[in-house]
Amino acid sequence: MTRRYDRLAERRCFRWEPFSWRGQVLRILSGVAVLTLCAFNSAWGQETKHAFVGARLIPIGTEEIADGVLVIAGDKIAAIGPRDSTPIPADAQTVDVAGKTIMPGLVDTHNHIGGIGAADGSGPIQPDVRVAEAINVRAAGFRRALAGGLTTLNIMPGSGHLSSGQTIYVKLRPARTIDDMAIRLTDGSIAGGLKMANGTNSMRDAPFPGTRGKSAALVRAQFIKAREYAEKVARAGDDADKLPPRDLALECLAEVLAGRRMVHHHTHRHDDIMTVLRLKQEFGFRVVLHHVSEAWRVAKEIAEADVPCSVILVDSPGGKLEAEHLIMKTGAVLAEAGVLTAFHTDDWITDSRLFLRMAALGVRAGMSREKALEALTIAGAKMLDLDGRIGSLTPGKDADFVILSGDPFSVYTKVEQTWTEGQKVFDLDDPQDRLHAVGGFGAGDELEPYLCCRHHAEDAQ
Amino acid sequence: MRDKRRKRMHDANSRTRRRARSTVPVTITALTLVAAILTPARAAHAQIVVRGEMVYTMAGPPIPNGVVVVRDGRISTVGPASEVDLPEDLRILEAKVVTPGLIDAHATVGLTGLLNQKQDQDQLERSAPIQPALRAIDAFNIHDPLIAWVRGFGVTTVHTGHAPGELISGQTMIVKTWGNTVDEAVLVRTAAVAATLAESAQKDGDKSPGTRGKMMAMLRETLLKAQVYARKRSLEDEEKRPERDLGLEVLVRVLDGEIPMLVTAHRAQDVANTLRLAKEFNIRVILDGAAESHLLTAEIKAAGVPVIVHPLMARSWGELRNASFETPALLMKAGIPVALQSGYEDYVPKTRVLLFEAAIAAANGLTLEQALGTITIDAARMLGVEERIGSLAAGKDADLALYDGDPFEYTTHCVGVVINGIVVSDEAR
Repeated sequence: MTRRYDRLAERRCFRWEPFSWRGQVLRILSGVAVLTLCAFNSAWGQETKHAFVGARLIPIGTEEIADGVLVIAGDKIAAIGPRDSTPIPADAQTVDVAGKTIMPGLVDTHNHIGGIGAADGSGPIQPDVRVAEAINVRAAGFRRALAGGLTTLNIMPGSGHLSSGQTIYVKLRPARTIDDMAIRLTDGSIAGGLKMANGTNSMRDAPFPGTRGKSAALVRAQFIKAREYAEKVARAGDDADKLPPRDLALECLAEVLAGRRMVHHHTHRHDDIMTVLRLKQEFGFRVVLHHVSEAWRVAKEIAEADVPCSVILVDSPGGKLEAEHLIMKTGAVLAEAGVLTAFHTDDWITDSRLFLRMAALGVRAGMSREKALEALTIAGAKMLDLDGRIGSLTPGKDADFVILSGDPFSVYTKVEQTWTEGQKVFDLDDPQDRLHAVGGFGAGDELEPYLCCRHHAEDAQ
Repeated sequence: MRDKRRKRMHDANSRTRRRARSTVPVTITALTLVAAILTPARAAHAQIVVRGEMVYTMAGPPIPNGVVVVRDGRISTVGPASEVDLPEDLRILEAKVVTPGLIDAHATVGLTGLLNQKQDQDQLERSAPIQPALRAIDAFNIHDPLIAWVRGFGVTTVHTGHAPGELISGQTMIVKTWGNTVDEAVLVRTAAVAATLAESAQKDGDKSPGTRGKMMAMLRETLLKAQVYARKRSLEDEEKRPERDLGLEVLVRVLDGEIPMLVTAHRAQDVANTLRLAKEFNIRVILDGAAESHLLTAEIKAAGVPVIVHPLMARSWGELRNASFETPALLMKAGIPVALQSGYEDYVPKTRVLLFEAAIAAANGLTLEQALGTITIDAARMLGVEERIGSLAAGKDADLALYDGDPFEYTTHCVGVVINGIVVSDEAR
């Protein structure tokens, strides 16, 4: 439970709203309540060890294990290996998972659960705005995502702007506020990227661009400004008098230019994809191409630029002009060209409960099983710079995993349990969880925040 | 390229075979791939035999190692390969699984085009809330790429037409997915009148209908008008008969029970309103969408109303917030006739794929054969075309779909489609 204390401490350092005594008192009270519950739980829950025995394990990056043991300790993976050669710690709770399949928790690089309200209609480029501040953690979509086996999401603002703001990387932990879900970097800051878009969605009436040429020109002008801003800041050094006035939008773009913040770029048509590669060439930012309906036309160019792609597959092409030439084999073509390839749900465009299905459709269209499995896990983790923590069943990584009833790519397979950081956060045997997995009356309602220790308490019974 | 594809298909075959149902006797050891033998694909009315390791006829139990003999566009014989004498000089298509061509019980493809731009969207006329005169046949583009798209996934017939979104948006029709003109492909020119009892048909501000109550009142008034019209049109004195009214004419056919009213309703109160309307006017209705129908199974069963359930992967928000993957299973368990649909989509994906939707039903409470029924024979019965399509039986149209494994598995391919005895698709999809 130490991580939870850490997070609470961090939360006090990171102020999301203007200071107010009322807010402060409420925060302290709720903090005390949570701490009390967690402390109560930690009496038997601390560093709980679980050994999942007998499942087929799909570790990602290493060979599948037909009959394996997965040991977790607290919120981390402790050991993984074949049953006959992997010792089970004496103090571990043993869970019989014979006949099941275990794979890493799914990583969704592009998702809109909880709200996309970042940038508003006042302008096409708003990198100062953060989607984190728009997210309703009680949205039923989060529970559906757990039912689909997702544990890490990049929640993005929409694609109606050239830049609609900062994204947030979250873990699907039990959460009362977005702070509980946020993934933090070692310096305590919240992990996330910058959403950008080109093509038809961001072309609108002024002050938005009306053409592709104008779209690129506006973006270039803004990056040039940001570069100058960053140079001024660097020149000023410790001299506060020489610092330019703080500009939140340029600050964010400066982070992008410095490579500290990834650009997540909506782009469909092959010419729009090439425009992103051209801008990357000019400004040197790091970028993941998202959706990429026509990437199959320029796979070689994408591979040469060494830019990763996060692909969406929907059940038919069209619906908008830039998706006219969407094909099912885009994942296969990109993977074969050597491009780092992930899938994403774009939830609500596709349903998080069926994320495994998308990769299965990729396999149907010719992608290798291995690449398709990576596209749900480690590939996405790399695109979020989180592959040191998530994306494979590797000792030392976060204990994020999914217990499946069968093969990940079968329609008949059920997600039976989802575990995030050593906590069971979804269980198909739980009637409320089942409601979210299957649907039915009440499935779409907002949820009461659920207490952090519910599942721990159940485990201990 | 072709070799590569074959290799992939081989891989897929061996995978699906591993998990295949144990009831499938693997009698064909060297599986000949359909892609290799389906050329040329466009031979008209060829005499062909379709052989499947498992043939789901939907007219009886599935036939292991079965054959379907096709002559002049119709099925002449169906049976186990061991019992059917095959004439000489036939083209033989082989697949692991063979089913009847799929019937999409409600779609808008052909009226809603792929691009989703004004010029290819003819599914909804917004000039008035009640326009039963609009015929689907006058708005259908059989060459739209979405028709070929769904055909590649086994759909040989669609019940398509005017979309949900106006109180009475127009008519629907039943049409094959193959032909050069709609006139050539159509089975039933007017299949139903499409009505909507959902929020999508409500207007803002001072326009009507703006509420559920008003929607029902307007439907009642319209049907009452049609009753009067019918009475007056049959007056002996021709002078006293009213002028022909194309809209009322088609509503009279609904009142006469000749065609059903297809009512799109999702919330429980709208479903209940639909049943009430059917009873009041003694008309046949088919419930469409019906996201909350699982709450009213007893009432729907008692009313004898069939349901075409929304695409199961339709987004579960708004009026579909209580949608369930298990709705087809819950309705079927209550004895209610169920069919599935690709439905209407206003964004991406521009159409859903019937086979994929049925797969979700098969994974959520329906058996494989029950799920197949919802997209073949049960759909045909609901639409009144079971004499011609929906099962594999002698005398019926030779519409078939071929697969390299369990049709519902994500990684199985639809490897061939036959319509009226013509091989119209031979690409593994």
